[in-house]
Amino acid sequence: MSTPVTTVMPDRDPLWSRLRAQLRNLAPFATLIALVALFSSLSPSFATWGNLANILQQVSITAIIAVGLTFVILCAEIDLSVASVANATGILLAFLTVQDASVNIANLPLPGGLSIPLALAGCLMLGAVTAFGVTRIGIPSFIMTLAMLQIGNGIGALLVRGQIAYTVPDLVTTLGSGSIGPVPWIVVVASTVLLTGHLVLTYTRFGRYVYMVGGNREAAEHSGVGVRAIIGAAMLISAACSGLAGMLGVAYFGSAQQNQFDNYLLDAISAVVVGGTSLFGGQGGIGNTIIGLLVLGVLNNGLDHVRMDSFLKILIRGLVLLLALVINVYAQRLRSHARAAG
Amino acid sequence: MQAEGPPLLELRGVTKRFAGVTALSDIDFTLRTGELHGLVGENGAGKSTLMKIIAGMHPEYEGEMRLAGRPVRFRSPRDARDAGIGMVHQELSIVPELSVAENVLLGAQPVNRLGLVSWGAMQRQARVQLAALGIAVDPTVPAGSLPLGLQQMVELARVVLSGVRILILDEPTSALSPPEVERLFALLDRLRTSGTGVVFISHFLDDILRVSDTVTVFRNGRRIATAAAAKTGKPWLIEHMIGAGHERLEESYTAELALPPRPAAPAVLEACGLGVAGLFDDVSFRIHAGEVLGLYGFMGSGQLELARALSGKLPLERGTVRVDGTPARLRGGTPAAKRAGIAFVPESRRAMLFAPEPVTRNVTIALLERIHRILLRPAAERRIAEAQVRELGIRPARVDLPVGALSGGNQQKVALARWLAHLPRVLLLSEPTRGMDVGAKDDVVRIVRGLQAQGIAILVTSSEPETVLSLADRILVMRRGRVAREFADEPVGKDRLLAAA
Repeated sequence: MSTPVTTVMPDRDPLWSRLRAQLRNLAPFATLIALVALFSSLSPSFATWGNLANILQQVSITAIIAVGLTFVILCAEIDLSVASVANATGILLAFLTVQDASVNIANLPLPGGLSIPLALAGCLMLGAVTAFGVTRIGIPSFIMTLAMLQIGNGIGALLVRGQIAYTVPDLVTTLGSGSIGPVPWIVVVASTVLLTGHLVLTYTRFGRYVYMVGGNREAAEHSGVGVRAIIGAAMLISAACSGLAGMLGVAYFGSAQQNQFDNYLLDAISAVVVGGTSLFGGQGGIGNTIIGLLVLGVLNNGLDHVRMDSFLKILIRGLVLLLALVINVYAQRLRSHARAAG
Repeated sequence: MQAEGPPLLELRGVTKRFAGVTALSDIDFTLRTGELHGLVGENGAGKSTLMKIIAGMHPEYEGEMRLAGRPVRFRSPRDARDAGIGMVHQELSIVPELSVAENVLLGAQPVNRLGLVSWGAMQRQARVQLAALGIAVDPTVPAGSLPLGLQQMVELARVVLSGVRILILDEPTSALSPPEVERLFALLDRLRTSGTGVVFISHFLDDILRVSDTVTVFRNGRRIATAAAAKTGKPWLIEHMIGAGHERLEESYTAELALPPRPAAPAVLEACGLGVAGLFDDVSFRIHAGEVLGLYGFMGSGQLELARALSGKLPLERGTVRVDGTPARLRGGTPAAKRAGIAFVPESRRAMLFAPEPVTRNVTIALLERIHRILLRPAAERRIAEAQVRELGIRPARVDLPVGALSGGNQQKVALARWLAHLPRVLLLSEPTRGMDVGAKDDVVRIVRGLQAQGIAILVTSSEPETVLSLADRILVMRRGRVAREFADEPVGKDRLLAAA
């Protein structure tokens, strides 16, 4: 045909333009390296195997939640109910488990590990409600999951009524707080969930659809992709991951009580965004989320090692998140410019 | 309308270029007090560009404009508004959530001593002013709850009440029902008697001839002719629009094209009584195996929406669709349409392509389930994409490039390729050649002919006569949401299509 061949790279220097195209992936990685170098030079206790194990353990719960959230954000949606669903699931698990006589809650103890599938079913039900609201009724996920945040909190509050429960099934106790050799089980579980998420996103048809739905929803629809089914599935995956994190969290913390997961909403969103997954959907992945988790984990842990004022620490985390958001939006703009030029 | 003194508006030698391309060249245009001036011309003839210059939306142009004899140059739409020029666009700009009164008085709400909006006064004012224009609407209801025709009246009222001396209407009747058109014309008559100059752009030649005092025909960025409407007629307008007679262009637009006889092949797609409120109604047709049905109509006649409805994107309210005799359950959206064997290539490439993704992924997105139910097979995807790139002559012939880096014509081919690797039973093409150069258009024609030979049913919808004429075996002309005429097994040319629409 007669149309002239369009050049691909608008920039003169192909290396520079390739680096710019990879800004989303390179910036978080460079940040991680810089932070590790910084803290290693400031504190001798930072760069040790023991501390690496600490960091991994500290980010594991966040990691499990963040996997589900990565699916949702790749679809260009958001789930603000993750921490609340985690909390409700953890409390439901304890509620269905035989508690010590000293614990004063009107629970429904079930034999053996029966509480585990029931708690999982519970979080999936919450996820199904979210999916229904977003895909069938058409409520924006931001508002729908804000309502589910409150509903999850409400369910948890009703079940424990201000009390604290301690016992969960042995399997959960082991996975949440035990270890095999030097490796904590929770790190193994988190790694498995991360790996599974990565495999699903990269090697399955469903994973491809997630990217396409987030990249251009209308085009996905015109290609016969069941957009609503994909978004609904992402919401369910997010709820399942939150539920799993919630159950293991009870064992990890040693108790089930109201509001114990409150920090995890911000942590999980931060991990996904700091890692470079686009808030506009369609770009990023579990690899990015892993880097994001490590950046946040290293920052948290490292600031303790250099004896940073713990109040200043909150501010620093906020600034890091802001920086990540700026890069995120900037990277998106570079892409759209490249597209317009093409 | 025999006004003495300088005309209300006078343009001399107006030329407008967009990035080196001349959109308007050396236009003279005059509008007198109390005159209703109709503008006609094909898409891209320059009518809208000229009106946008008058309304201050294109501040950069050559030539001069005089308003009541005084030279003016508008830097912005605001300048033009302040000078008494109002424009109503085809897409309405009313605020649907606000009441009719708020819309009518938008930006000019009466306020009380505290500087707060005085609701009572506003409704009284709106009621009086709407009544003066002969518009019977309750000013307290949300504007969005009114039928489209009345919404347009409300917008018109707002523009008129802001004190315009010149009113520009761009395609005001395309979405209106016949009684709504009557109401609009009555309103235009009142404006004319009150001395307002009105410019009326429309594809509906009957409408133009009915209300205009004067008509001007545009073609290819030039003013071709201006005449008193009473002295012209539909054939005169069409002749000047498409350049017949001594001005015949090298592409002979009036050449008659003989449509082939109806095929004996069985019907693949049967549509019966299709309707969506406000868009189209009572549309029935069949497409046979190996047949290309053209669906032609002006913008807003409902043909694009009809294609969207058949693709499952827009829910059908009435009617049935059958593919190879089996009812297609389009309620399930686009996945259901795809299962029924219906594929759609929309008019906008942005609505079809994943710009940052490589060509491969753009080609295979619709057939991943045929490669493997669960897993991806990148090597197989690549083979399929490479075969399509070769087949369709997509340039550059590389499947790993982001599709956004390709030229428009090549992007359109990638969009088509998505459905060619595994053929559907019915292919819906919306404006398949819009904005393409001649070579790319020929390629599309060749591709469609090839698909036809493989026995699928093809529907081409377009508001450009050339598109349907170059592709279709049979043509339905849509007018205000209904099928107005069918051309089959007979000679047809652009003039006949235009006359039927």
